[in-house]
Amino acid sequence: MTDATVFSDAFFAASYAHPSAQPDPAGHYGRLGGRFMPEALMAALAELTEAYQKSKNDPEFQAELTHWLRTYANRPSLLTEAKRLSAHAGARILLKREDLNHTGSHKINNVLGQALLTRRMGKKRVIAETGAGQHGVASATAAAIFDLECVVYMGEEDTERQALNVARMRMLGAEVVPVATGSRTLKDAINEAIRDWVTNVEHTNYLFGTAAGPHPFPSIVRDFARIIGVEARAQLLDLTGGLPDAVAACVGGGSNAIGLFHAFVPDESVRLYGFEAGGSGVESGLHAASITGGAVGVLHGARTYILQDEYGQTLPSHSISAGLDYPGVGPEHAWLHDTGRAVYEPVTDAEAMDAFQLLCRTEGIIPAIESAHAVAGALRIAPALREELGREPVIIVNLSGRGDKDMHTAAAYFGMEV
Amino acid sequence: MSKLSAVLAAAKAENRAALIGYLPAGFPTVEGSIAACKAMIDGGVDIVEIGLPYSDPQMDGPVIQQAVQVALDAGVNTLDVLRVVEGVAATGAPTLVMSYWNPIERFGADRFAKQLAAAGGAGTILPDLIPEEADDWIAAADAHALDRVFLVAQTSTPERITLTTGVCRGFVYAASLMGVTGTRDAVSGNAKGLVERTKAATDVPVCVGLGVSNGVQAAEVAGFADGVIVGSAFVRRLLEAPDEASGLAAVRELARELAAGVRSGRR
Repeated sequence: MTDATVFSDAFFAASYAHPSAQPDPAGHYGRLGGRFMPEALMAALAELTEAYQKSKNDPEFQAELTHWLRTYANRPSLLTEAKRLSAHAGARILLKREDLNHTGSHKINNVLGQALLTRRMGKKRVIAETGAGQHGVASATAAAIFDLECVVYMGEEDTERQALNVARMRMLGAEVVPVATGSRTLKDAINEAIRDWVTNVEHTNYLFGTAAGPHPFPSIVRDFARIIGVEARAQLLDLTGGLPDAVAACVGGGSNAIGLFHAFVPDESVRLYGFEAGGSGVESGLHAASITGGAVGVLHGARTYILQDEYGQTLPSHSISAGLDYPGVGPEHAWLHDTGRAVYEPVTDAEAMDAFQLLCRTEGIIPAIESAHAVAGALRIAPALREELGREPVIIVNLSGRGDKDMHTAAAYFGMEV
Repeated sequence: MSKLSAVLAAAKAENRAALIGYLPAGFPTVEGSIAACKAMIDGGVDIVEIGLPYSDPQMDGPVIQQAVQVALDAGVNTLDVLRVVEGVAATGAPTLVMSYWNPIERFGADRFAKQLAAAGGAGTILPDLIPEEADDWIAAADAHALDRVFLVAQTSTPERITLTTGVCRGFVYAASLMGVTGTRDAVSGNAKGLVERTKAATDVPVCVGLGVSNGVQAAEVAGFADGVIVGSAFVRRLLEAPDEASGLAAVRELARELAAGVRSGRR
C-alpha cells in the first residue's frame, strides 16, 4: 500500500464521520460528561451540536477539511521508527509525528475543523483558551486563514512561561488577553472565555481546545483529533502488518490522547496508556494528575475527574508543562478509566525531563515537554510489557508537539545558558 | 405554602414587586456577611440570597469575583455558608443559597439539603445546573421541603422555558441580559419580553436579575416582574467602604433606595 491508497479522501472522511459509540444525546458517558453550564449557553450548545452533526456527515464539509489538512496542516503526519530510543527502551517504539504539523502540534487538526464549523454557522468571531499556547497559536492561525476575529484567553502565569507563543499569536493577528484571576493558569483562562462567550454568544463561537467541557465539545474535539490514531493504525499495519501492543500519549485535558486512542478502542489487544502530569509526585500534592490523584466532580461543564478539596473547591494543579497544567480531564478519558479500557499513570516533572533529554540525544527530536511525558511513560511500561509478551513490544507514542516553545523552561531546568 | 412563596404573595398583594438581595457568605468575614445581610433586610430587602464562594465562578463579573476571592482566601467553606444562612434566616426573611453545583455535589446533595433546611434556609439557586442534570438535587430538595429556583435566559427556547419552569418552586430566575453578574447602566430592553414569555408558561412568580443597580432600574423592572434581584451593587458598596460600619450603612441605604423603587414601579 502506498500513502495515496491508505490516505484517500474517503479515509480522511471516515475519520470524521466514524460509526463507533457516541455518548448519549445529552453527552453522558455513563455518569460522566453532560452539560453543567448556565441556561444562557444552552441555545449555543444546541446550535453547535446541530451544526456539527450536519457537517460531519456532509461530503462538502469533509472534502473541505481534508483539503486543509492535506495542503496546509501537513497531514498525514509521519510515523517515525525511533531506533536508538527503541534500543534504550527494549521495545520497538514508533513516534506519531504531530510535532511536524503546521503550528507545531496536534492542535491544528481540531482547530481547522472547528473554524470551518464556525464559518458554516455564519459567526465572525472566535474565542479560545490556551495553556501552553499551542491551541491559541492554532486558533490564531485558523482565524487568519478564514478571516475571523480571534481573542485568546491565557493565564498570566502561562503568558510568562510561554512568552514565545504569546508573540506568535499576536503576530498572527489575534488579541491575547492575560487572565490575572484565580490561579492565573489554564482553568482561569477557561472561566474567562466562558464569561466572554455568554456575553457575546450571538456572533461568537468558542473554539474549545481540548476534549473536555460541556457536550458537544468532548465529542467534537475527539472527532477532529481522531485522525491521529486512524493514521497511526493504518501506517503501522502498512509497515508491520500488525497492530501495536500499546499506544501511549500524555493527558492534560486529553485531546491528543483521545485522538490517538479512539481508533484503537475496538482493538482489544491494544493497550491504551495515558500519562498524566505527576508534577513533583502525586503524593506531594503538587501535580496535575486528575484521574490518578483526583476525584469525580463537576468542572467547566462536565462531570469527570478533577482536583478538588473536601468542599468541592478546585485545587491548583502543578506541572512543568503548561499544556498539562489543568485540574480536570475530558469525560471520555474518565469513562475509559472507569471501564478499565485505558490505563492512566502519572509521570513526574523529573521523569518527563529525563525523557525529553533522551529523545533529543537519541533521535534528534526536541519534543514538547507535554509529549515528553508520553515518551517517559513508554520507557516505563516497556520492560513489563516485554516480560508479559515474551518478545519485544511494539509501542506507538504520540509526539503531540515540538519543543521550541519550551527552550527557556528546559534550559533553566538543565542549568544551561540561553 | 413555603415562606418564600408567602413573602412573594404578600408583595403581590401590596401590588409591588419583591426585593431580593444577594451577598456572598464570608465577605468581608463570616460574621461581617451576616451583619451585611441584616443591613439589607433593615433597608427593605424581602428575600436574601447567600452566595457560596467558589473557586471557578464562571458566571460572575469582577465585583463578585473580588469579594468571593477574599472569602476563599480566608478559608470560608460550606459549613461557614450554612452558619451564615442560619444567622440570616433567624431574622425571618426567606434565605436562599446561590451556588455553583460542584460544592453541593461534593458535600452530598442530600446532606446539603438536610443541613440547609436545618439552618432555616428556604432553598437554592444553582446557575450552572440545568433541569436535565438536576435529578439528584430535585430529589434532595423535595425530601427536605426546600424551594428550588432554576434560570431562564434571553436565548431560552419556548421548550426550554416550559421544561425549566416545570421544575421551579418558589420563583423562576429570569436572567435578563446575556452576560455575567455586574452592574449595567441600563436594564436590558428585552427583560420584559423574557418575563412575558416565562409567565406564559407558568404561574410560579418570575423574578429578574442581572444588571439592576439603582432605584430607577428597580422601579422599571418592578413594572413587569414579581421580584427584582440585586447583587453586585450591594457587593460594590461593601468593597468601596473604608470600614465595616460605613459599609453596612451604604448597604442599608441602597436597600432603602431599591425598596422605594420596587414600590413605585406600578404607579
